[in-house]
Amino acid sequence: MNLEFTPEENAFREEVRAFIEANHPKHLEGMGNREDMSPEDMTAWHKILGKKGWAAPAWPTEYGGTGWDSTQRYIWSEENARVGTFMPLPFGVSMVGPVIYSFGNEEQKKQHLPGILSGDVWWCQGYSEPGAGSDLASLKTTAVRDGDHYVINGQKTWTTLAQYADWGFFLCRTDPDAAKPQEGISFILVDMKTPGIEVKPIKLIDGGYEVNETWLTDVRVPVENLVGVENMGWTYAKFLLAHERSGIAGVARSKRGVEKLREIAANETMDGAPLMADFDFARKVSQLEIDLAALEITELRTLAGEQAGKGPGPESSILKIKGTEIQQRLTELTLEAVGSYGTPMYGSIADAGSNEYPIGPDYAQHSAATYFNMRKTSIYGGSNEIQRNIITKMILGL
Amino acid sequence: MDFNFTEEQDMVRDGLSRMVREQYGAEERRQLIASEAGWSTAVWGQLAELGILGMSFSEEDGGFGGGAIDSMVVMEEFGKGLVVEPFVPTVVCAGGFLKHAGTAAQKEEHIGGIVSGERVFAFAYAEPRGRYDLANLETTAKKEGGDYVLNGHKAVVIGAPWASHLIVTARTGGERTDANGISVFVVDKSAEGVVTRDYATVDGRRASEVYFENVRVPVDALIGEEGNALPLIERVTDEAIAAQCAEACGAMKVAHAMTLDYAKQRKQFGVPIASFQVLQHRMVDMYTEYECSVSMTYLATLRLENEERERKQAVSAAKVRVAQAAHHIGQEAIQIHGGNGMTDEYAIGHYFKRLTIFDSEFGNIDHHMKRHIALAS
Repeated sequence: MNLEFTPEENAFREEVRAFIEANHPKHLEGMGNREDMSPEDMTAWHKILGKKGWAAPAWPTEYGGTGWDSTQRYIWSEENARVGTFMPLPFGVSMVGPVIYSFGNEEQKKQHLPGILSGDVWWCQGYSEPGAGSDLASLKTTAVRDGDHYVINGQKTWTTLAQYADWGFFLCRTDPDAAKPQEGISFILVDMKTPGIEVKPIKLIDGGYEVNETWLTDVRVPVENLVGVENMGWTYAKFLLAHERSGIAGVARSKRGVEKLREIAANETMDGAPLMADFDFARKVSQLEIDLAALEITELRTLAGEQAGKGPGPESSILKIKGTEIQQRLTELTLEAVGSYGTPMYGSIADAGSNEYPIGPDYAQHSAATYFNMRKTSIYGGSNEIQRNIITKMILGL
Repeated sequence: MDFNFTEEQDMVRDGLSRMVREQYGAEERRQLIASEAGWSTAVWGQLAELGILGMSFSEEDGGFGGGAIDSMVVMEEFGKGLVVEPFVPTVVCAGGFLKHAGTAAQKEEHIGGIVSGERVFAFAYAEPRGRYDLANLETTAKKEGGDYVLNGHKAVVIGAPWASHLIVTARTGGERTDANGISVFVVDKSAEGVVTRDYATVDGRRASEVYFENVRVPVDALIGEEGNALPLIERVTDEAIAAQCAEACGAMKVAHAMTLDYAKQRKQFGVPIASFQVLQHRMVDMYTEYECSVSMTYLATLRLENEERERKQAVSAAKVRVAQAAHHIGQEAIQIHGGNGMTDEYAIGHYFKRLTIFDSEFGNIDHHMKRHIALAS
């Protein structure tokens, strides 16, 4: 038992660090906030990694994974967080990709995996509906067989960045008469250019547009786009959610976030001294760091278990709960640290668009919006209450 | 990076687990802690026979060449059974001082007895007015002729009623809170002038107030360098904290399992209370707290050999996190047990009490939070 890196692992760190330094576009460093990013910005690093063959480290090597072990993947995420890269969006690489290589047929793998890896094809997720949030299995969008096609009708919501998506993966009800709601659902890949799809933006409390309503009206999709077996979609959906959860802890990003918070608090003053020297504030930061250390070791233990062949199990629900709590706490403390300059609404200066000098320090610009935005983390990917239900069932055995 | 235990460690865990289960049930423990002695020399002898007491000493010192990870394995099993026997004072603390700073003669004199179970130690470091500051010492050791003469009062010395020897921190120079001027001595408890008031602790152990009234010890009772012992004391204390974090993990694991069992059996409104989501989520949070504690215990244990700052950061972080979890799990376990959790008859209350007192040993949450903050700036 030890926490040390081997000389080989240290050499690996040097290698990936050098690659990031040489290849990551400088103007994108530290660009965590999607508000300021064009779709090209968001996929720039993904495309570079695609060429290098590093876009999906966790995938099996036969499908384009890197063959890195859990420690190497941990080093990789640490080095990316150090620079503040914008990692490949999860919808292709972390979500639909693993479903396709695990349950899809050869044609589907050939058609879709290369575009996911290269970053050329943008994916979105059609899971939630206005009436189906935590109770996902109550979804009402239907796919009715008509010859060689499914005809899809319904409404999806919270479809993140669907405004840029080329393809989407949708959960649709194919058997309305199934004994249990979970049993009549299918997992279908949909070309977002298909007639009958309408994507409408939803404005969020942070002022941004990252999610959408997606309306599907008589959308005709070839039956070849069904993944796996008809009416078995719930199994694939759960598999996907477990995969999604395992990366959701965001430890490396949060560690970088704590460093930034310390920098901000060293720069802000309180009672004539740096805010960071204030005991009450320092105590909150230390508590956050301690909680983060606990999360980090817990994630490493989980990864080591996965490496030993246990696969992402219900333990990943712990990572989701603690990881998102910490991300939220971090943005809350950052907003607290910037003081009054958390108040101005970014981009609201009357003559915006001119070279108006920004109000307050740079680090304060997005602090409130980011805090507001991060409230989503304990809601998405299966709300933290749903994660507790999963642990109740799978680990406590109730 | 590696989270696997060795085969030997797995064997030690299995052996101890069986021993604790078979001989240290709730009823046996209840009788033991109510007995006059308050501990079991038979259990202590068995631990010696199993090699547990000698595990963390090097082979040349008469041990079996293990280390802190072995102590972690042992302490987790002890925590599961709320074992009261003084492994931490004797093996981790006294053993630590001897390993790190003992002369060949001191090792020769004491380690054999520890390994065989014949020599039992207590660690007299705390003082009534020192709170958790290891350097805040009023106990003095003055050189007189060829001896040191000790005077002072040590507070809540865990296991002292059972001990044959004491490890004592005292001031050989400097002012009351100076980092310099602190020394460590090994004192035979039967030495003239050592006066003890023995008592039971709320968590089932025994302790003493220890008074030194002109206690004369020879110069070779000094462990390490005169006046420069604070770093050594901090190191050993950190090792003790890591070991006790493992103990707390064991106790939390059992407290959680007991609560889950109880909730499955206890019926109200015609159904097991475990079917209530409000309780399910609380038991999930207990589980999460336990898992985070295991992680922090690993972190502290695996950082004990790192340079001082890293070691202290990891140990203080672990102590804060595990003690928070210990309070959380203890309190929730009582709440979910309802009125039965308040009774002495149910075992859960005994776990709650141990998990409560864990916080105040070797520096509580606030103390270690302060140390963590100081190290970060």
